[in-house]
Amino acid sequence: MNIYKIVWLELLNRKSQLISGVLAITLGIAVIVAIQSVSKVSKENVAKKLDNLGANILVLPQGGSIDDYYTSDIDAPTIPEEYVERILTSTIQGVDNLSPKLTRRVKIGENSIVLTGILPKSEIASKPLWQGVGLAGDEIIAACAPSANQSLGYKDEKLQRKGVDTLQQSDCLAGFQVAKKLNLTENSKLNISGREFRVAKILPETGTVDDDRVFAHLTVVQDLLGIPDQVSAIEIMGCCNAISEGLLGKLRNILPDTRITTISQIVSTQIETNQLMNKVSLVFLIIIFFVGSVSMGNFMWANVNERKKEIGILRMIGASKSTVYQLFLLKAIFLGISGGLTGYILGTLAGVILGPYLAGIFVQPVYMYLLWSLILSVIISLAGTIIPSYMAAKIDPHTNLQEA
Amino acid sequence: MIIKVENLTKQYKHNDGLVYALNDITFAVEKGSFVTITGPSGSGKSTLLLSLFGLIKPTSGKIFFNGQQISDASDSELAAIRQKHIGFIMQNFALIPYLTTIQNVMVPLALEKIEKKEQEKRATEVLKFVGLEDRITHLPRELSTGQQQRVAIARALVHHPSIILADEPTGNLDPALSLEILGYLKKINQSQGITVIMVTHSPIAAAYGNVKIHLHDGQLSEHKVKETVYVA
Repeated sequence: MNIYKIVWLELLNRKSQLISGVLAITLGIAVIVAIQSVSKVSKENVAKKLDNLGANILVLPQGGSIDDYYTSDIDAPTIPEEYVERILTSTIQGVDNLSPKLTRRVKIGENSIVLTGILPKSEIASKPLWQGVGLAGDEIIAACAPSANQSLGYKDEKLQRKGVDTLQQSDCLAGFQVAKKLNLTENSKLNISGREFRVAKILPETGTVDDDRVFAHLTVVQDLLGIPDQVSAIEIMGCCNAISEGLLGKLRNILPDTRITTISQIVSTQIETNQLMNKVSLVFLIIIFFVGSVSMGNFMWANVNERKKEIGILRMIGASKSTVYQLFLLKAIFLGISGGLTGYILGTLAGVILGPYLAGIFVQPVYMYLLWSLILSVIISLAGTIIPSYMAAKIDPHTNLQEA
Repeated sequence: MIIKVENLTKQYKHNDGLVYALNDITFAVEKGSFVTITGPSGSGKSTLLLSLFGLIKPTSGKIFFNGQQISDASDSELAAIRQKHIGFIMQNFALIPYLTTIQNVMVPLALEKIEKKEQEKRATEVLKFVGLEDRITHLPRELSTGQQQRVAIARALVHHPSIILADEPTGNLDPALSLEILGYLKKINQSQGITVIMVTHSPIAAAYGNVKIHLHDGQLSEHKVKETVYVA
């Protein structure tokens, strides 16, 4: 027999009160856990999608526009290639991949195509769709979404690194539409502005501007076009969370004479979704704190009144006021743990069961939330118990002994 | 002198003014005595008993326990004295309803943080002493009134107290059971030398004491030490 057992036996003796006492905390914790579990998976899913889309930040010349970048007119402005190094040597966090490129519209016979100079390794790292068909072995490196680092494997072993990662000076990659238009096949020859290239690979159809482009090594294109050490744009794969935490501003600080923009719709939707989820959770947290504390306080108050006789007995046989105080705080901790545990289980089950139906996502239990649930529910429970337990300790023992 | 009370007064505020539950009470109790406190209802018997070790805070006066003044001791100091030295037996048994017989008896030891095996050993011993060794897993509601009072006696004895304070211990019992309980108290006093201070309105129970304190309107009207110690 010890003080814990006395508390435990008393709780077991009043099971219905125990359940009603922790119900508000349980339900509140369950709702928060469910929202957070769904929200976490949702964030990861969006982050994964975002990463799979490739670059989400564009560094453009100050006077240039996104249209200039896409149309690649002959007089489109450029920025120094040295900016890539400036970003790489900075202390900015959240830049997962950099892919500088120089684009210019060129004529091949009667056809006008966009020649794009790339750093092959960087480019492929930022193009999941290219990786997906076996153009390279590198996985996407997405620091903000570790679960997105799924291995894409090599579907085309022949092209593993040798073919594309280290694109030869005389090699080029042809976009799907360009290849179709120019009847290009792998290893066929292509003459661009007097220089002959071997088509190392026909790129898969992506549905993007890349389908209408021919890609060659950046230095080769710079030489060919007579624009050494310049690039049209730097595509950056930025970590989504880092963007929301001000990555763009940090980039602007080190590249003041550039225009830096994001694939804003995707990013802002993600940020808004995250913020909404966080706000909903915060609102619930505030509600659960007050409702849970009041509910627990109400339960404890009733419990104190009901237990006046027992408190009198305990005081009679040697329990001090502080022991009585401890008994009620211990009970609050027990109840808090019970509420937190059941709330976590219910919330996780709700997320796992309802997630696929309501949000179209598969939710996995987040074990870290169990710790937070327990801490939160114990705090709520203690907050509601402080005053009743103080009153319990002050109860006049002899009056209640005589009522016994 | 195990207990010495000097000018003990307890006042209550009432609509009509101050009410004296105890008024300038002075007496002393020798170690090993069997003290009975008698008097009509409202005379302050229970107030006196519960004032001795802090369950009621007196308005004024001094109380000494083993020569040490305890009337100005803190709540935790008084709780520690009750825990180690005092056993209580109440008219309504004062058992915790959701604890079994043995658990009820072990509570004082649990408060003293005595280890579990020792608790069980001592509780079993005292339950055997009161003849309840076959009722250790029973809840209070599963016991008769006489058995419940014997559990209360066992609980009062389990921590080897030097004083037992009994407030109308036979008040809820029929005459036969009353004699049985009084017999236990007598045995405890005689064989273990434990001082017993018992509040009673029963002349039969009062006859068990060798020191008689009679109260009337909160005042000590009689304090008699008998030569004959026990009545059969």
